[in-house]
Amino acid sequence: MDVLKKTPVREQDAKVRATNFEEVCLGYNGEEAKEEASRCINCKNAQCMKGCPVSINIPGFIEKVKNDDIEGAYQIISESSALPAVCGRVCPQESQCEGKCIRGIKGEPISIGKLERFVADWASENGIKPQGAAEKNGKKVAVIGSGPAGLTCAGDLAKMGYDVTIFEALHEAGGVLVYGIPEFRLPKTRVVAKEIENVKSLGVKIETNVVVGKSVTIDELLNEEGFDAVFIGSGAGLPKFMGIPGEQANGVFSANEYLTRSNLMKAFNEDSNTPIMRGKKVAVVGGGNVAMDAARTALRLGSEVHIVYRRSEEELPARVEEVHHAKEEGIIFNLLTNPVEILEDEKGWVKGIRCIKMELGEPDESGRRRPVEVPGSEFVIDVDTVIMSLGTSPNPLISSTTKGLEINKRKCIVAAEENGQTSKEGVYAGGDAVTGAATVILAMGAGKAGAKGIDEYLRNK
Amino acid sequence: MYKILEAKELTPNIYYMVVEAKRVARSCQPGQFVIVRTDERAERIPLTICDYDREKGTVTIVFQVVGAGTEFMSHLKTGDAFHDFVGPLGQPSELVHEDKEELKKKKILFVAGGVGTAPVYPQVKWLHENGIDADVIVGAKTKSILILEKEMEAVAGRLFVTTDDGSYGRSGMVTQTITDLVNEGNHYDVCIAIGPMIMMKFVCKLTKELNIPTVVSLNPIMVDGTGMCGACRVTVGGEVKFACVDGPEFDGLQVNFDEAMQRQQIYKTAEGRAYLAAKEGATHHGGCGNCGGND
Ligand SMILES: Cc1cc2nc3c(=O)[nH]c(=O)nc-3n(C[C@H](O)[C@H](O)[C@H](O)COP(=O)(O)OP(=O)(O)OC[C@H]3O[C@@H](n4cnc5c(N)ncnc54)[C@H](O)[C@@H]3O)c2cc1C
Ligand SMILES: Cc1cc2nc3c(=O)[nH]c(=O)nc-3n(C[C@H](O)[C@H](O)[C@H](O)COP(=O)(O)OP(=O)(O)OC[C@H]3O[C@@H](n4cnc5c(N)ncnc54)[C@H](O)[C@@H]3O)c2cc1C
Ligand code: SF4
Ligand code: SF4
Ligand code: FES
Repeated sequence: MDVLKKTPVREQDAKVRATNFEEVCLGYNGEEAKEEASRCINCKNAQCMKGCPVSINIPGFIEKVKNDDIEGAYQIISESSALPAVCGRVCPQESQCEGKCIRGIKGEPISIGKLERFVADWASENGIKPQGAAEKNGKKVAVIGSGPAGLTCAGDLAKMGYDVTIFEALHEAGGVLVYGIPEFRLPKTRVVAKEIENVKSLGVKIETNVVVGKSVTIDELLNEEGFDAVFIGSGAGLPKFMGIPGEQANGVFSANEYLTRSNLMKAFNEDSNTPIMRGKKVAVVGGGNVAMDAARTALRLGSEVHIVYRRSEEELPARVEEVHHAKEEGIIFNLLTNPVEILEDEKGWVKGIRCIKMELGEPDESGRRRPVEVPGSEFVIDVDTVIMSLGTSPNPLISSTTKGLEINKRKCIVAAEENGQTSKEGVYAGGDAVTGAATVILAMGAGKAGAKGIDEYLRNK
Repeated sequence: MYKILEAKELTPNIYYMVVEAKRVARSCQPGQFVIVRTDERAERIPLTICDYDREKGTVTIVFQVVGAGTEFMSHLKTGDAFHDFVGPLGQPSELVHEDKEELKKKKILFVAGGVGTAPVYPQVKWLHENGIDADVIVGAKTKSILILEKEMEAVAGRLFVTTDDGSYGRSGMVTQTITDLVNEGNHYDVCIAIGPMIMMKFVCKLTKELNIPTVVSLNPIMVDGTGMCGACRVTVGGEVKFACVDGPEFDGLQVNFDEAMQRQQIYKTAEGRAYLAAKEGATHHGGCGNCGGND
């Protein structure tokens, strides 16, 4: 074993996985986990923890793995995280925990995410559940949205003895974990559904098919249905389009539509009644996690797929592991390329995308070098499907129907970072609804902070 | 689960159901819609709210069988249940927000086509309950597919029924009746037209010439119905709108109908396949010339 290198993790072969929806990464087995754990030097002043937004006691749980006490490891992780099987799979570890690991200075960091995943999967296979509250305190809290922010907040409050109901607009709980992130990265039945079961086993009720702002308002929840406080974790689900000619053509989809059809509605499965367009050649516009997910979904549905992104590889906002996987699977990257028009055939279907080449100029507000058009460099990629993955913003459904709830210019709900408190009494918020599209672990952290804030508020009321 | 308290066939392919859905019934308004699913694998199907009873906690839907999803729905009986029933979605009709005294001064014309009669009904009923009588034109291809005639008669000021083939009532398309009424000297301040996209397109073409402001209810393809997917985008007055949150009712004179009709076709071949597969079961191997089997 080379202590400078990560213990390799088994993955499905790229050629094989490009044709199925099974999970790409197979994870560590007990032996591999122990070997990887043994590389951790159990730092006194563990830097890795500073990189984790919920400060998991990383050396602590890794020590337990070393000593074959996986249940002990799970209990340590559970103190800080409600969704370890999810975070171990989808956190951008390279810029968080692993990015700060001492081992990473002179070699590869510890595979913290893969170890966390191993522990969480082991706990789930062995039927170990988080501990619920000993006694109920009789107070009712409503949580809006069942994504990572809502689930975490609900779970924490239930552990403190609150009577919690989650209201979810869709027919299934999980937020982006079920409708956005694909099966091959985050298995729905084996992982997401289990995590949701854990939250339910703490006594949390989930009412699906309730669109807050439409089916019921926040004021009605507080004044008529007897809830003492509300947590808003409604995410940032509103897709953006570019506003270029041809965007209304048949065959242009938002990544949200494409992924929802495939993930939530299971359109990839022959069994499902929901259709999805299986294009011959697909262009995915954008370079984030969502773009990678849409591209790799299209690939698995049998398409040739191009990622069209206006900056260079270095600036791709997607996780490194996802870009690497996408390349291995055969996604074509058209970098420093920006769409200017979508071409339609005489019946209104997409027949191509006209793009212009870009080069990097001076740094912009984001600190990244601004892409500028190269004059006269236009060219056409022949495609029959275009998937727009340009980011999302919070849905105004709730803010527009709740009096006294302040939002900012970006339509995000204004809430205090430390406790989630909004401008409206008894109403707390967190996750993408507050920050704009971010990450699972940050949403979870905000859910925790919100639970703490609500607890303090209701104790002092 | 959302229990079906009453299910009946209005015509050989139009069905009427009263469904128990307390939250929807408590907060819905005319013009809004729901999304339903029959079972765990089913598509999400948007349907206009045709009536509601706040006390009983029920919502009435009327739908036409056009594909696999509605075909499955048509087999549900009284006592069965929907797996999912979410709403109310979309914006209520503008009528509901208007000042009632102002509204009373207006001459309102409703134009309903086919199954579009169902969503027109609650609006006419709402007006009737508020002491306002509206003229209503109901059009159907032929007599046997005419729906809700008696119900409509009870709440409309004047009801004009027309069939394309002249088998009942007046003869000809709804646009003919509009022209006749205007020629007879009737003046209208606003027209509300709900029916197949093609009907709404031609009604708007006519009312534009006649200078009658016209509201239509669009039914693009939808997935979530909450503004999350963009499948329902339509162009109104040169601007892209999401019908599920900004609509479904829009200023008909501003709607780009050709684009909207084109976008409705997106899944046509795939849907046709699902429908045939559902109807024919394992015997479906292509060969119909339309869907190309499983290519
Ligand atoms: C395709 C994709 C891939 C991603 N990949 C990664 C990744 O690899 N790693 C990572 O860390 N992050 C990733 N993210 C981001 C991450 O998923 C989100 O930041 C996170 O899910 C936000 O959590 P949330 O709880 O705030 O909101 P969401 O997960 O968006 O959940 C919000 C929930 O609220 C519901 N809701 C909304 N409005 C209402 C209402 N009015 N009434 C009732 N319910 C409502 C929604 O239906 C939804 O279920 C990805 C996102 C996407 C879309
Ligand atoms: C806001 C709204 C309100 C509606 N209200 C009613 C109603 O009250 N009664 C009613 O009978 N129908 C209504 N519809 C239309 C209804 O939703 C569709 O007929 C239904 O989704 C078709 O499902 P399917 O699986 O049976 O057919 P599919 O197999 O999905 O489709 C069959 C054919 O219909 C087209 N199609 C698919 N989805 C839609 C759609 N949403 N609208 C129009 N055409 C579509 C397809 O392109 C295909 O050609 C409404 C639609 C919307 C968006
Ligand atoms: S939760 Fe995410 S950041 Fe924290 S230790 Fe786990 S993988 Fe790393
Ligand atoms: S920084 Fe790295 S080596 Fe140190 S405790 Fe954390 S994981 Fe272990
Ligand atoms: S149906 Fe998805 S945004 Fe309107």
